[in-house]
Amino acid sequence: MAKKIDDETIEYIGILSKLELSEEERQQAGTDMGKMLDYIDKMQELDTEGVEPISHIFRMENVFREDVVTNADAGEQMLVNAPRQKDNMFVVPPTF
Amino acid sequence: MNILSMTAVELSRAILAGRVTAVDAMEAVFDRMESLEEKVHAYITADREAAIRRAQAVQERIERKELTGLLAGVPVAVKDNICTEGILTTCASKMLSGFVPAYSAEAVYNLEKAGAVLIGKTNMDEFAMGSTTETSAYGVTKNPRNYDHVPGGSSGGSAAAVAAKECFFALGSDTGGSIRQPAGFCGVVGMKPTYGTVSRYGLVAYASSLDQIGPLTQDVTDCATVLEILASQDAKDSTSISRDDTDFSTALVKDVTGMRIGIPRDYLGNGVDSDVRNRILAAADVLQKKGATVEEFDLKLVEYAIPAYYTIASAEASSNLERFDGIKYGYRAKDYDGLHNLYKKSRSEGFGAEVKRRIMLGAFVLSSGYYDAYYLKALKVKALVKKAFDDAFSRYDLIMGPVAPTTAPKLGESLRDPLKMYLSDIYTISANLAGLPAICVPCGEDSKGLPVGLQLIGDCFQEKKLLRAAYTYEQSRKETCGDARAI
Repeated sequence: MAKKIDDETIEYIGILSKLELSEEERQQAGTDMGKMLDYIDKMQELDTEGVEPISHIFRMENVFREDVVTNADAGEQMLVNAPRQKDNMFVVPPTF
Repeated sequence: MNILSMTAVELSRAILAGRVTAVDAMEAVFDRMESLEEKVHAYITADREAAIRRAQAVQERIERKELTGLLAGVPVAVKDNICTEGILTTCASKMLSGFVPAYSAEAVYNLEKAGAVLIGKTNMDEFAMGSTTETSAYGVTKNPRNYDHVPGGSSGGSAAAVAAKECFFALGSDTGGSIRQPAGFCGVVGMKPTYGTVSRYGLVAYASSLDQIGPLTQDVTDCATVLEILASQDAKDSTSISRDDTDFSTALVKDVTGMRIGIPRDYLGNGVDSDVRNRILAAADVLQKKGATVEEFDLKLVEYAIPAYYTIASAEASSNLERFDGIKYGYRAKDYDGLHNLYKKSRSEGFGAEVKRRIMLGAFVLSSGYYDAYYLKALKVKALVKKAFDDAFSRYDLIMGPVAPTTAPKLGESLRDPLKMYLSDIYTISANLAGLPAICVPCGEDSKGLPVGLQLIGDCFQEKKLLRAAYTYEQSRKETCGDARAI
């Protein structure tokens, strides 16, 4: 039985993902995600009581360094890839 | 002298001895591409004139004795999610269709320091999400061994370029098997080192806690040599680690006497092609004859690794790919209404279906209400998978099995059912979850003539054991079947 991903959830996921989905894409996303979650739910069979979650394999600690600039100013090079730029700045639509 | 029949190590020796030039080698690569690239399509970007200019510059430095490195003058292909200064880096996505990085990845920098010369950038699944190189926005790559079949993925272009001799070696990235599986499908050597061995600086992130860069090569000697050059602790990647045992080529010894090798029963069980199973058992025989002990054992939790992997990888992808918003670089939609609409439209038009699928799954498993049940649960499963491997490595030096349950599927077959494609990663993803090094070496063909890949997995930092076993197997096989590299 495929997990039911309702329209409201897909709408919410679309907002979180910053994606605009066509009606067809929404339907497909609901079906695909439902199938995938059905499968992923297999994890729930495992008893993980008391297991410490790990994100990195090696115990990572914060790596600190002095805040010293080592590279040259690459501002112009960085702006080369901007879809729109002006006066050494990125151009965005009005945000107000 | 046929330049293309040389390995990377043989070529650099010939170049340093003055028998061939870096320019000759680069010309040979592009001549080869002229006859084959139309069929294989391994590259997204390959500019002959620019590559020849780079080869000329390197050749001059070799002649001035400024460059004497292990890869002096050797042409290399680099996967298109690894940044190359001044050279288009697209991640096989429309999103980065015009992106030209201002810097090179540390791995590329290390290769160039050793004298390697960049040919161009290889095709891949979009943002490395896929197992067939069919999700690329720039067309599919075909398996050089049979054009009706996929090369595997996501480093399919790199594997195909090595197999088709359109390069001497290549770089790939491996998040869930993306170096090893295409290496297996194309019949070349591919290796994912221990997490943190190679700097990820300049690798466009998919799932940062799982991603590693590694080599795809013609043989195990090249693999050890290239990895030796790639490995470095890098202040620009705080997860990279300091190692004093990166002289990997010293492990190229033909001897596995006393080595204990375990084959997980599940790796030869249901769902594995009989041809694949037989080739792996034959490989086990070869290693046993050379003095290793090989036995089957129960590796726990094999079937839980895939759900944990796709949860973690999608979660990290949804976070990592937030940076693509159409502002600082990458694709920007033509029409939009305000800032948020610009983000949404640019992302919706710029990303392909598989990438969107994983971003949405990732956003879901991280969302409040589902975080504990999915993401946190997956991190706990990851801890258990790691422990299962710790137990296994208390009894065995290495774990062996197939790199995938089947040989390369036909083009188009996998895209119809994403879940089925995900399941084909079953033997490779555990190594990423547990941070382990693993290598894939060719071990024969199935009845259709498609390559079968033997995978060896080692404990963290045990690359040398892996390379020694892989080298022993490769050399022993060469004795019985002739040149193991021949297509």
